[in-house]
Amino acid sequence: MKSAVIVFPGSNCDRDMAVALEKITGTKPLMVWHQEYDFDKVDFIALPGGFSYGDYLRCGAMSARSHVMKEVIKRAEDGVPTFGVCNGFQILTETGLLPGALMRNANLHFVCKDVTLTVENADSMFTNAYDKGQEITIPVAHHDGNYFADDETLNRLEGEGQVAFKYASDINGAQRRIAGVMNARGNVLGMMPHPERMIEPALGGSDGRKMFESVMNRLG
Amino acid sequence: MKARIHVTLKNGVLDPQGKAIEHALSNMGFDGVNEARQGKFIELELSETDRAKAEASVDEMCRKLLANTVIENYSIELE
Repeated sequence: MKSAVIVFPGSNCDRDMAVALEKITGTKPLMVWHQEYDFDKVDFIALPGGFSYGDYLRCGAMSARSHVMKEVIKRAEDGVPTFGVCNGFQILTETGLLPGALMRNANLHFVCKDVTLTVENADSMFTNAYDKGQEITIPVAHHDGNYFADDETLNRLEGEGQVAFKYASDINGAQRRIAGVMNARGNVLGMMPHPERMIEPALGGSDGRKMFESVMNRLG
Repeated sequence: MKARIHVTLKNGVLDPQGKAIEHALSNMGFDGVNEARQGKFIELELSETDRAKAEASVDEMCRKLLANTVIENYSIELE
């Protein structure tokens, strides 16, 4: 599986993502700088965590309008599996590829710890290696992970199986404890927790690995 | 021409920073603040001289970048 990691000024989990992708897929990902207009054809695009553009204006707002994102949006709309973690999730909501928005944590604290997630949909491109209802442990590290969407959108997301993961207990005020959502087509996933940081026992666990393996299963 | 833009959270969207401001004011002894909401103020210096064109252009800037209309409202004043 060929993958690309998009790198913005202020990304700081791009190398974690690259290590995880190389270890799991066996192929070094392409690192694509935000000023690029185009990049080689890949099977998987990852938007890493961090504080792109210093979170100016709103988290992810500047990155969502960068040159490279025009190409990412086009490919995501063509069906290329596209995955955003943390700041990457914020960027995906800012582009409109994913519904909703990520706001300041309700308790105003930066939350940095391992959390328990429940797998809400185990049939998707990103979650088919998990079991539905399975509890997994994945770290979070964010200040703005409080997922917000109006009730109608939330009902639709839950009804259509677009909620991939929920927090087992509330950590940031997210509506309906949503930790990760997919687009209607199911080829774009954004999540606040960092599966790339939980890919082998040396890192404290390997529950994140199956997220990447799910995509590999689906791509064959 | 100057454009002054206020970006505010929509009603019903929780504003944790506004809440913290409200609590701080109350702790400082300022009574009678029932609610605080925090927003953004953005000032643009425009080269456009036609008011209608400027308004249309700033409105597009707000929709495409300055405000996230999922959670925020915006208002524009031209001068």
